[in-house]
Amino acid sequence: MTFIPLWPQSVSDYSHQVDLLVIAFTVLIVALSAPVFILIVVFAVKYRRGRPADRKHSPNRNIPLEISWSVIPFVALVGFYVWSTELFATLRHAPADALQIDVVAKQWMWKFQHPQGQAEINELHVPAGEPVKLTMASQDVIHSLFIPALRIKQDVVPGRYTTSWFTADKPGTYRIACSQYCGSNHSEMTGSFVVMKPADYAKWLSQSSNDQTLAAEGAALFRSRGCSGCHDPASTVHAPSLVGLYGNPVPLQSGEVVIADDEYIRDSILLPQSQIAAGYQPIMPTFQNVLSEEDVLKIVAYIKSLQPGEATQ
Amino acid sequence: MSETATERVSYLRAGHSLKSWLLTTDHKRIAILYVLSITFFFFVGAIAAALIRLDLLTPAGDLLTNDGYNRAFTIHGVVMVWFFLIPSIPNTFGNFLLPLMIGARDLAFPKLNLLSWYIYMIAGLFTVFVLIAGGVDTGWTFYTPLSTMYANGNVILAASAVFIVGFSSILTGLNFIVTVHKLRCPGMTWGRLPLFVWSIYATSLVLVLATPVLSITLVLISLERLFGLGIFNPALGGDPLLYQHLFWFYSHPAVYIMVLPALGVISELVAAGARKPIFGYQFVAASSVAIAALGFFVWGHHMFVSGQSAYASAAFSFLSIAVAIPSGIKVYNWTATLFKGHISLDPPFLFAMAFIGLFVFGGLTGLMLAMLAIDVHVHDTYFVIAHFHYIMVGGTVSAFFGALHYWWPKIVGRMYSIVWGRLAAIFIFLGFNLTFFPQFLLGYLGMPRRYHVYPPEFQVLNVFSSVGATLLGAAYLMPFIYFIHSLRYGAPAGDNPWGATGLEWTTPSPPPKHNFDSVPLVDRPPYDYEVEMEGDNA
Ligand code: HEM
Ligand SMILES: [Cu+2]
Repeated sequence: MTFIPLWPQSVSDYSHQVDLLVIAFTVLIVALSAPVFILIVVFAVKYRRGRPADRKHSPNRNIPLEISWSVIPFVALVGFYVWSTELFATLRHAPADALQIDVVAKQWMWKFQHPQGQAEINELHVPAGEPVKLTMASQDVIHSLFIPALRIKQDVVPGRYTTSWFTADKPGTYRIACSQYCGSNHSEMTGSFVVMKPADYAKWLSQSSNDQTLAAEGAALFRSRGCSGCHDPASTVHAPSLVGLYGNPVPLQSGEVVIADDEYIRDSILLPQSQIAAGYQPIMPTFQNVLSEEDVLKIVAYIKSLQPGEATQ
Repeated sequence: MSETATERVSYLRAGHSLKSWLLTTDHKRIAILYVLSITFFFFVGAIAAALIRLDLLTPAGDLLTNDGYNRAFTIHGVVMVWFFLIPSIPNTFGNFLLPLMIGARDLAFPKLNLLSWYIYMIAGLFTVFVLIAGGVDTGWTFYTPLSTMYANGNVILAASAVFIVGFSSILTGLNFIVTVHKLRCPGMTWGRLPLFVWSIYATSLVLVLATPVLSITLVLISLERLFGLGIFNPALGGDPLLYQHLFWFYSHPAVYIMVLPALGVISELVAAGARKPIFGYQFVAASSVAIAALGFFVWGHHMFVSGQSAYASAAFSFLSIAVAIPSGIKVYNWTATLFKGHISLDPPFLFAMAFIGLFVFGGLTGLMLAMLAIDVHVHDTYFVIAHFHYIMVGGTVSAFFGALHYWWPKIVGRMYSIVWGRLAAIFIFLGFNLTFFPQFLLGYLGMPRRYHVYPPEFQVLNVFSSVGATLLGAAYLMPFIYFIHSLRYGAPAGDNPWGATGLEWTTPSPPPKHNFDSVPLVDRPPYDYEVEMEGDNA
């Protein structure tokens, strides 16, 4: 008989914690349902029709009892709610020093881009023990990046960036799947997730090395697509300089102030009319049909690299 | 009473022509029309399920192509949800029993009732047409932008079918609501309504309030697909998540449309099976309404990984565990009802017990899914498939069969084989668990749903599931055989074969066309069993 797997591999501290929560919840399920199953069987035997039994004073209601069997399970559930919500919250707070990897999903492949410029298809190599943050964009329909061994998944939605992060501890090769139905070859939109010892990862990076980092590729696009014509400090067009933009507040024409994060920069490129920086004219054209999601990610990487004091590449 | 029964013409014999059936306004005949058509659609959905399970016997899915598989599960979902589950119990047993249970001659709007059936049939024919035209491959959820920009051509036809069937739901819901308000016989106060009536009433409120949202959503999908409006298309400033909010705002309450009537059926079956009043009648009645109301506030639990805000997710997670309280009340109250009862192990009661087991398991795994950190892992995997099949197939379909076994003698006037009924209940329970339990494991292992091709290490569990499905399919066929047999050879049932309370059992079996000779008068609480069974106390 073939070996039947019953529990998935678990490669991060987070995934161990999810497993623990699941096991505890399973115990709760047993605790809440066992009385029902046992009592049904006991009553069905004991009070079977025609069988003599003491049936006097059978109660039709008992309010304290009814309240207690509503409230006790609820209190237990609220406990689990707190536990699970806290665990979930960790997924939303990636450490600042996490390795940034960009993900582009399209029918039917995954493309991963490392900050040093290496790109890979349907394979994701990461160093063990180091936090990794994924920034994801979809080129067409909704997909969902699912890495069972990490117990994480996140939908990849056209028109916005979604993120997730993890620290994988155990070197090895695991599965990646797409879990949001995305058309004909949905079930073949899979890949491998390779966790490597940091030294091996460094070696892998150098072997598959790309001469250009993402930011450098972005810089080239910035010039070839004409962004620099307006945003270059030397330009005569009235457009904001992008140096030092990333991560800082931007006052908008509408009076709001937003933080210039990945999403803001992306929207400024693709939907330039939606958020106009205060003091500027809405003259920027959209690059919707000019730049692919990968191009946008590269330009975002370039803009991120433009910190004051550093020379623009 | 019973002397005159033979002279009165039963609803089945009042007119034999096809026309007398197709133009009938008798709620009981319309119920029969629904039973036949809903059974037909159940078979259509089941054939698709059989294809799916057969295909998944091998990791490579050798039976179907990728697109063929996608069309199979789409049609399975569309047909089972809108043409079987949602109308199943309300439109058949609700139609048949609601007037009988409240002492009325018919529903408030008999012609509207017939119209609802025709609308249902037109929508059904549209669906069959979609099948002939090659099917659709969006999944029953029609998520954008897949459905609006990428899926094959029959999206608008399929959406139209669902749009049309929505009108049938709304009209039926309105009809039931008005009937319960206006046509109760003297003495049938709200506090004496059978629990089945309470559940149908709560269901009708959801039908009327939620279905229009679905209709609007489907119109938006069609417009977006035809004219590229940009409501859901981010390139034009739209938002794909808006679609999911609209869809689940209907579809989460819709799962209560599917399960509330089942809960009502089980209350009737448990009371009759134990010959006792339902423990805590008020709590059980109120819990139906509470489930219906809370059901409108939890749709976001389908979107924990969609990219909605973490705060929204945390709120929806909390609200979802709140729904568990009224559902839990029902289960514990049914169990307490059995205490000191006179329990029969007849088929209706066995189906009710099977229901409770599967519903409890389905419900508790649903709570597990409401936990954010767990759902992130199992969302869109077979764990979810297993969960909702436990509720919808283990729950609603078991209740539908339970109802059929309980009211069959009333509906056709004849008994069926009790032994075969017991066997069917047991086989359905076993087949069901063998089919769907392995899917919990598959889901936790990380097998996503809607997967035509899967990693080879998942094969053994998939084979278990497919073998279980074969057993389950065979078990579902058993009642068809002995029910048809009973139509001809069954012993006459008598007015009240189970010794149950409730006005429907005071009419002859099958009831006359006009239900009651004189308007009944109710002067007792519901499930007033004690009086009859005094002798059994040892
Ligand atoms: C022998 C009985 C059944 C079997 C073996 C079966 C099997 C399946 C399978 C394997 C799927 C997953 C398809 C996929 O995502 O790849 C599925 C989906 C589904 N089933 Fe069933 N099913 C059965 C009966 C039913 C019944 C009776 C109902 C409703 C009353 C139902 C409602 C659904 C729904 C709503 C879906 C979701 C479809 C979707 O995600 O697109 N199923 N079923
Ligand atoms: Cu995908």
